[in-house]
Amino acid sequence: MAISISQVEYVAKLAKLKLTEEEKIDYAKNLSAVLDYMEHLKEIDTRNVVATTHVLPLQNVFREDVVKPGLPIKEALANAPDQQDGYFKVPRIL
Amino acid sequence: MTQYETVIGLEFHAELKTKTKIFCSCPTDFSAEPNTHVCPVCLGLPGVLPVLNKRAVELAIKAGLALNCQISHLSKFDRKNYFYPDLPKGYQVTQFPLPICTNGYLIIKDDAGNDKRIRINRIHLEEDAGKLVHSGTTIATSAYSLPDYNRAAVPLIEIVTEPDLSSAEEAKNFAEMLKLTLQYAAVSDVKMEQGSLRCDVNISLRPQGQKELGVKTEIKNLNSFRSILRAVAYEQTRQTEALDNGERIIQETLTWDDDNGTAFSMRSKEDAHDYHYFPEPDLVPTIVEQDWIDEVAKELPELPQKRKYRLVDQYGLSDYDASTIVNNPVLALFFDRVLYHYDDPKTVANWLLGEISRLVKSSEEEIEMISLKPDDVAYLLTQVKEGAINNNSAKAVLEEMFQTGKEPDAIIKEKGFAQISDTSALQDAVKAVISANPQPVADYRQGKKQALGFLLGQIMKATGGQANPQAVREILINALDNE
Ligand SMILES: [Zn+2]
Repeated sequence: MAISISQVEYVAKLAKLKLTEEEKIDYAKNLSAVLDYMEHLKEIDTRNVVATTHVLPLQNVFREDVVKPGLPIKEALANAPDQQDGYFKVPRIL
Repeated sequence: MTQYETVIGLEFHAELKTKTKIFCSCPTDFSAEPNTHVCPVCLGLPGVLPVLNKRAVELAIKAGLALNCQISHLSKFDRKNYFYPDLPKGYQVTQFPLPICTNGYLIIKDDAGNDKRIRINRIHLEEDAGKLVHSGTTIATSAYSLPDYNRAAVPLIEIVTEPDLSSAEEAKNFAEMLKLTLQYAAVSDVKMEQGSLRCDVNISLRPQGQKELGVKTEIKNLNSFRSILRAVAYEQTRQTEALDNGERIIQETLTWDDDNGTAFSMRSKEDAHDYHYFPEPDLVPTIVEQDWIDEVAKELPELPQKRKYRLVDQYGLSDYDASTIVNNPVLALFFDRVLYHYDDPKTVANWLLGEISRLVKSSEEEIEMISLKPDDVAYLLTQVKEGAINNNSAKAVLEEMFQTGKEPDAIIKEKGFAQISDTSALQDAVKAVISANPQPVADYRQGKKQALGFLLGQIMKATGGQANPQAVREILINALDNE
């Protein structure tokens, strides 16, 4: 299963990655190899296997609806690249 | 000219009435200073683990039951990936292939006034995004955005209908019925103007008789029933003109501009439509057994549709009166509470929709804010029925109750509203009026029965309106006929 250059470009765009032409060729090759390897799964008969929803043998892990204090605003904004009047400050995105 | 049929599907987002967010213990109330209801989990800091709020699951189940859905035995969460600054993690946690509720419906009125069943495809749980404040007046004129993450990860349900609606009016009817149902179920605050209930409309046209659906557009940012009506009408006209001109409709997302009555395209977000959903590895599946569903079902009150049938079929109220009461859950509850102590639905409805509604309106208060107590109203109506006070006095007492919150008995005594039913006191009044009005008395005795009304009026006047009219009438007729 070969991944085309245009598929690499599409995924890179969704992930907001800038790739050089060499990187695109490289990723197309590597991703194709990964998917080819996954093709082995098709050799297994899964007709009677229920789809996995989670790998842990756990279900219904809940919290009660009780308020606990969060972060003081100073700490909340501590790692913000920029801030203004208690807000994070980011480039606008249309 | 081709006749087109409109096909509409709706999507709603309703904020759930929980105290805390969906995956962390931050509070959900929205009046706080920006970024003061946040923690490492809802800010998406590295190394944190979300834990699902049990109450959010229960409210989603409750919404599902209220909307006639099947509650899924197994549901789970997925990540919807896209980059936008209102989303601190770079993905939204939502439910994709296994939502908590499926296959529901609501019954609404179609344009001919008949019942129409609108199918609900699914209800899923998800987290809300933060709010972006802009430095300029609009996003386009702003140099940067200022995210406030207080709303990020507030629990939402998304309710998705099948494309079963065929007019703007039907879309509005559905939105109103949905809002009312969620309000009765106490699942959400459903305040459209504040954004706790939001509506998106999917709309397409197809030539009448064609089976295949046309290309649809999605209109977002509808925050009132009126804007739903206007946006659908606008898009119907726009698509009709485009199709008539031989143009193709482009599948796109439009934002409704209520001030200008137009919708504009959000083209820039178009290629972000590939969300690359994948299972959320940090949250385990939710299993809902029947006994949990039964527990939640106990919390559900009588829902609007059923309530209206009760008022019309069982109590004989008019369709209009029943709707007026049921469409306001506070009024409906008040009605039931008065009825509990005074078992005459028509009288209760008349007072509620007449005098009480008038007082509420003139006070410019919301009905939920008034101090009037249902059992006091019931007591007052009982006094009227038993002839202890007359109708006009009761209105005055009610007004005083409304203004001061005093008990009816105290007001009746204080103002001397009690009707004179004491026979000897009334007999004196009747005698006095008979001797003072020989002409009408003679007229009556000669068969002019209308003279009775005049004499009754004189007695009521003499007793300051406090005589029990029924008792006066009997005594007067007795005196005229036998003396
Ligand atoms: Zn939090």
